[in-house]
Amino acid sequence: MKHHLIPRVIAKLTIPGILLFALYVQFHGDYGPGGGFQAGVIFGAGFILYGLVFGLENLRKVAPPQIVTAFIAVGVLLYGGVGVVSQILGANYLDYDVLSAVDHDGQHLGILLVELGVGITVAAVMMTIFMTFAGRLR
Amino acid sequence: MIAQFPALQVVIPLLGAPLCIILRRGALPWLIALLVSWAALAMAATLLSQVADGEIISYALGGWLAPLGIEYRIDTLNAFMLLLVAGTSSAVLPFAYKSVAKEIPQDRHYLFYSGFLLMLTGLLGMAITGDAFNVFVFIEISSLSSYAMIAMGRDRRALSAAFTYLVMGTVGATFFLIGVGLIYAVTGTLNMADLAERLPPLYQSRTVLAAFAFISVGILLKLALFPLHLWLPNAYTYAPSVVTAFLAATATKVAIYLLLRFGYTVFGAEFVFNIVPASEVLLTLALAGVIIASFVAIFQSDVKRLLAYSSVAQIGYIILGISYANVTGLTASIVHIFNHAVTKGALFLVMGCVAYAAGACRLESFAGLGKRMPLTMAAFVIAGLSLIGVPLTAGFISKWYLVLGAMEKGWWPVAAVILATSLLAAVYVWRVVEIAYFRDAPADAPPLSDPPLALLVPTWVLTGACVYFGIETSLSLGFAEQAAIQLMGGG
Repeated sequence: MKHHLIPRVIAKLTIPGILLFALYVQFHGDYGPGGGFQAGVIFGAGFILYGLVFGLENLRKVAPPQIVTAFIAVGVLLYGGVGVVSQILGANYLDYDVLSAVDHDGQHLGILLVELGVGITVAAVMMTIFMTFAGRLR
Repeated sequence: MIAQFPALQVVIPLLGAPLCIILRRGALPWLIALLVSWAALAMAATLLSQVADGEIISYALGGWLAPLGIEYRIDTLNAFMLLLVAGTSSAVLPFAYKSVAKEIPQDRHYLFYSGFLLMLTGLLGMAITGDAFNVFVFIEISSLSSYAMIAMGRDRRALSAAFTYLVMGTVGATFFLIGVGLIYAVTGTLNMADLAERLPPLYQSRTVLAAFAFISVGILLKLALFPLHLWLPNAYTYAPSVVTAFLAATATKVAIYLLLRFGYTVFGAEFVFNIVPASEVLLTLALAGVIIASFVAIFQSDVKRLLAYSSVAQIGYIILGISYANVTGLTASIVHIFNHAVTKGALFLVMGCVAYAAGACRLESFAGLGKRMPLTMAAFVIAGLSLIGVPLTAGFISKWYLVLGAMEKGWWPVAAVILATSLLAAVYVWRVVEIAYFRDAPADAPPLSDPPLALLVPTWVLTGACVYFGIETSLSLGFAEQAAIQLMGGG
C-alpha cells in the first residue's frame, strides 16, 4: 500500500471521524438508535481500516494483541460488575434502581455502563478476529 | 446473601472466565477455575437444601418480575442438576492441573480454563433459568465454548470432530430457537410457568405441534439420542481428557433435563403423551439406541471411543425411563442421569490417567496395565462394574428402577432387553479388563507406573462415589423421586 497515496490520505482523514462517530453511537445509544454492539463494531472498523491500509505490523504497534485480548475480558467484567454492584447495594442482579438515589438516574447510569462494557468487548473482539485472520496468511 | 445465590450461581463462573484471561500467568487461571467451581458447588448444595422440602425459589433478574422479566426458578430437579454440574466440575478440575499441562501447550492454558468456566456457566444457566429464550442463550454459551474445548485436543482429528459437533449442535440449537419462536408467536410469553398456563387451550393448534416437533428434535440432537448421536463418538474420543470427562458427565445430561422440563412443565404430560405419540417414538428410539450402540461399542479398538458408544447406549436407558410415562420410570431416568454421570466421569478420568502415562487409549496399549498401573485399572474395574449395573454400585440402582418401571407397565420384553444389554456392557468392559490383566505387556514396552496423586485422587473420588451411591441412595434416589413426583404433579 506504500505507493497508493489516495487510500492512505483518505484513511487518515476518515479514521478520526469513524472513531468519533463510534463514541457518538455509544453514548447517545440510550436516547437514539445505537448502543454498545453497533458502536463497538464501528470503533473496531476504524482500527481494521488502519490495519488494511498501513499494514498489520503498524496495527500491532497501535493496538498490541495482548492488550486487546485483555479488553475483551474488561468489557465482560464491567457488564457483570455493574450487576454485582447492584447486588452489593441490596437489590437483585442488574437491578439499576439502586445505583443512584433517584430510580430514573440509576437506570440511566446502569444502562450506560453496561452498554460501555458491551462496546469495549465487541470492539476488542472485532480487532482480535481481524488480527488473527490477517496473521494467518503470512 | 443466600437470597442472591440463584444469580451468583451463574454470575460467578461467568465473571471467572474473563478473570482467567486477565490473570493469565502460571497456575493462576487453574486456581481461579477451581475456586469458582467449588464456590458454585457450595451454592448449588445450599440451593438444593432449600428446595428439599418441595419449596420453589423464584429470582427476578434486574428486579423485573416474571412473566415480563427473566426469572430464575429453582425446584428440586433444577437444584439437583445444578449440584450434578457443579459437583462434576469440582471433581474434574483438580485432575485438570497435571492432565492439561501434559495435553495442551502452555500458552493456551488460560484460554482453556476460561473456556471451561464459560462451559460451566452455560450448563448451570440452562439448569437454573425459567425462561425459554434464556435457555437458548445458555445453550449457545455452553455449546460455543465446548466446540473450542474439543478442538484443543492433541490429535488433528479433534478439529474435524469439533466441526461436526458445531454443525450438528448449531442445527439443534436453531431448531430449538425456531420452536421457541413459534410458541412465542401463539402465546406472547417466554416464561416457562406462564407458557404452561397458556398452552393447554392451544393443544390442537398446528403451530404448537410444529413448535413441539422443532424443540424436541433440537434437544434430542443435543442429548445425542440414537440416531442423532453421530457427533458424539468423535467429539468424546479426540477432546482433551478433562473435557471428555466433564462433557460426558454433564452436557448431554443437562440436555435431558431440558427435554423433561419442556415435556412436563412447558407443554405438559397430557399433550406430550396423549396428543403426540411421544412415548412410542421415544421407546422405539431408546431401545434401538441401547441395542445398537452397545453392539457397536463391543467392536471398538479405542477405549475412549468404546466408552463414547456406551454413553449413547446409556442415554438410551435414560430416555427409555422417560418413555414409560410413570413415576417409577421417571425416577429411574433422573437417578440414572446422576449415576451415569458419576460412573462415566470416573471412567473417562481413568482414560485421562492412561493417556497421561501411556499417551494413548488404544486397546492394545492396555496390555499388562493391570500390573503396571494397578490403582488406575482397579478404578476402571469398579467403575466398569457400575456401568454394567452390578449390585452395590450406582449403576445397579438405576437399572433396578428401570426394570421395576417396565414391569409396572407390563412391558416384559423391555425388561428383558435391559437385562440383555447389561450383558453386552459386561462384554465390552470385560474386553478391556481381559487385555489389561491377562495379556502381558510387549517386551519392548516402555516402563509405566500409576500417574501422580493429583490425577489418582480425583479419579478415586468419582470411583468411590460409584460405590457410595450404590449403597447410600438417600441423596441420589431421594431427590430423583421427589423431582419425578414434582414433574408429574405439574409442578
